[in-house]
Amino acid sequence: MASRTAISCGIARRLSSGYGFATRSMSSWWTDVEPAAKDPILGVTEAFLADTHPDKVNVGVGAYRDDDGKPVVLECVREAERRIAGSENMEYLPMGGSVKMVDETLKLAYGENSEFIKEKRIAAVQALSGTGACRLFAEFQKRFQPDSQIYIPIPTWSNHHNIWRDAQVPQRTFHYYHAETRGLDFASLMDDVKNAPNGSFFMLHACAHNPTGVDPTEEQWREISYQFKVKNHFAFFDMAYQGFASGDPERDAKAIRIFLEDGHLIGCAQSYAKNMGLYGQRVGCLSILCEDELQAVAVKSQLQQIARPMYSNPPVHGALVVSTILSDPTLKNLWLKEVKGMADRIIGMRTKLRENLENLGSPLPWEHVTKQIGMFCYSGMTPEQVDRLTNEYHIYMTRNGRISMAGVTTGNVGYLAKAIHEVTKSS
Amino acid sequence: MDIDRTNVIMSPLERRLNTISRHLIQGCFSDSTSIVASPAFYGASVFQNVAQAPEDPILGVTVAFNKDPSPLKLNLGVGAYRTEEGKPLVLNVVRRAEQLLVNDLYRKKEYLPITGLSDFNKLSAKLILGSESPAILENRLATAQCLSGTGSLRVGAEFLTKHYHQRTIYIPVPTWGNHPKIFMMAGLSVKTYRYYDPTTHGLNFKGLLEDLSAAPNGAIVLLHACAHNPTGVDPTQDQWEHIRQLIRSKNLLPFFDSAYQGFASGSLDTDAQSVRMFVADGGDCLVAQSYAKNMGLYGERVGALTIVCKTTDVARKVESQMKLVIRPMYSNPPIHGASIVTTILKDRNMFYEWKLELKAMADRIISMRRQLYDAVSARGTPGTWNHIIKQIGMFTFTGLNSKQVSFMTSEYHIYLTSDGRISMAGLSSDKVPHLADAIHAAVTSIA
Repeated sequence: MASRTAISCGIARRLSSGYGFATRSMSSWWTDVEPAAKDPILGVTEAFLADTHPDKVNVGVGAYRDDDGKPVVLECVREAERRIAGSENMEYLPMGGSVKMVDETLKLAYGENSEFIKEKRIAAVQALSGTGACRLFAEFQKRFQPDSQIYIPIPTWSNHHNIWRDAQVPQRTFHYYHAETRGLDFASLMDDVKNAPNGSFFMLHACAHNPTGVDPTEEQWREISYQFKVKNHFAFFDMAYQGFASGDPERDAKAIRIFLEDGHLIGCAQSYAKNMGLYGQRVGCLSILCEDELQAVAVKSQLQQIARPMYSNPPVHGALVVSTILSDPTLKNLWLKEVKGMADRIIGMRTKLRENLENLGSPLPWEHVTKQIGMFCYSGMTPEQVDRLTNEYHIYMTRNGRISMAGVTTGNVGYLAKAIHEVTKSS
Repeated sequence: MDIDRTNVIMSPLERRLNTISRHLIQGCFSDSTSIVASPAFYGASVFQNVAQAPEDPILGVTVAFNKDPSPLKLNLGVGAYRTEEGKPLVLNVVRRAEQLLVNDLYRKKEYLPITGLSDFNKLSAKLILGSESPAILENRLATAQCLSGTGSLRVGAEFLTKHYHQRTIYIPVPTWGNHPKIFMMAGLSVKTYRYYDPTTHGLNFKGLLEDLSAAPNGAIVLLHACAHNPTGVDPTQDQWEHIRQLIRSKNLLPFFDSAYQGFASGSLDTDAQSVRMFVADGGDCLVAQSYAKNMGLYGERVGALTIVCKTTDVARKVESQMKLVIRPMYSNPPIHGASIVTTILKDRNMFYEWKLELKAMADRIISMRRQLYDAVSARGTPGTWNHIIKQIGMFTFTGLNSKQVSFMTSEYHIYLTSDGRISMAGLSSDKVPHLADAIHAAVTSIA
């Protein structure tokens, strides 16, 4: 009885407040919001998880799996976390993030004994993995080179387009992938570099191009670098797979080192998502090489101004894991071993997949499976063929035909090869 | 004859030799073994004209404090809690959650979904709205884990810029220094409404109502859910009800910033009353939550943005659009801090323990207010000072002007923001006399 009175009093109060009138006209705020399209990459894993078929295979999103198809937490990471737990100070990092983590990270990209590090010419901040580093750079580019555009390779990680678009930097594309050879379209790439207006901004994948796995050779990189010099272009490197491509971080940084030798003042996004398996921790770094220390200080201060209204300061935990590992020689060696192990397993799976396809008598060439490098194989399959793989064989990948080799195991490579053969043999 | 380099056909090897010879010609050997290209070789940086940005006023206070060698120095700048011993505090319950996580061998570190940890989102919504909230029971929320309060505000603002018909947000005067930057960077235009009355050190209620009444219908209004930063001045329950009616009558869209739930009064429910009042009337609103202070998770960057919608269907569409804002910003949020929060909120004992530790922090701050007020009163410092105990939350808006603040810093080594805001959390019993002396000196020697 009492509660009913209370309820009706409540209603009466609400009506008398004049709000009842307002309710009708308030219904329209979000009803025009369109449902957004699913992210093409992340949507694949969602679909995979929903599938109950026992033979299902996920070669969609690029997260590493061991040979049992299980996600991996590196031993060096477990040990670092054991050391950190109980003593981690959770105070705010500075806006530019953990200085210790950034210093170690720059060594990986620029070289252990880099002159640029010694001369303090690199403006660098901790960023939210590779995405965050690219976004900070895009916003910085918009602010300080407002008339510039960004040249993005075809194809590229789909989120690159979203990042520069949301930063309101106009985009152009440059030729990269050669469909017929499933390799690099070097001639067209060089044409595009030459034809771009002087001083254009280019986004380059430092190694293990995503999604194609096609990287320029060392000589090709030197030619690209030379042409960039002639044209006075700005090179921004997205390096998400250092160590993961060849197994050797120094080797994977070769393109960057070539550009540095040739005198380019580069920008670089680095990520620990894959090579340290820190995906969800969102640890990365954005660096911009400047003419001198004074300029680096100014640029860093401006990068911080962009970070502040976005997230204030970056998360501490992942950065602590990274700096714990990289500043301890034993842990760092363990990490290098584990990264090589992951890269080697992937290289092994490439060999197996190609062997299987050739042994099945596939009429198509599969050399590119072992020529391509890094986590992904650009199979050359059409969206329709991919749909058949998914619908008939419960194999999940992105519709551009990109196979995440990290999801291939000794246990599923045979099944995968058979399915690919079935959907491609008549083409 | 000038050779146009772009037309010279060279083999890759020739080109490489050419590059090296250019190095040599410009005399760039720093020692006999390595080739180091000189600055002259590079060409100017495209960013050569980038000017140094000014120090962030709030974070800059700690920078200056750290540089000061005086043993008397006191940091009342940034709003991070300190114990009586002046040490940062990691809550016991947080340490326990940490241990549970590190010992869980099956715990993975994969990418979270774009909107973050699902359990975290549900628990956070319950925390701020109350588990009986009609919005929760009717499943018409869109919640995304974001990077603390800042990240939640930014994602919300970007969403509004893309999908809301009004691009103006009204913020109180004064407000947290980062608020206008967040909204402007997101593409909103920022206007203000009167809030603080310096003559009473309290709420300028009349000015607030006038300014919101004059706002165009549909405009967005930023509201501090409790413990207004920097003033510590909150509306009373009755004033909130009045504000709510005005906002709803003009179809203004409330955007709550809840950074101190539990920290202000010591009670999670009390500190959520303003938000719950708005949600109870069935209207739309946005809420940004932060666990930085109330769980001491500052650097882990844990927070949530909740958009309260009219129907489940609309909420689903809204959530899908939130993802499009987040993906090009940082793809998905950091897992560690959210895992700690979820571990605590899920477990009844840990939740209870958290509430006790939270109340202890709030009580210590309330005690500091009392002690400072008593000390200032005892010195007979000119002016009225009861706002020190009337204001609520981490900060006291002393009413000191920037000259007086500079004086306190240079003469007494006391660090605070130039608007006269002191962080009570940075104060301890043994430092109260020193602070009271400084205030007294500042007020009596500088107008």
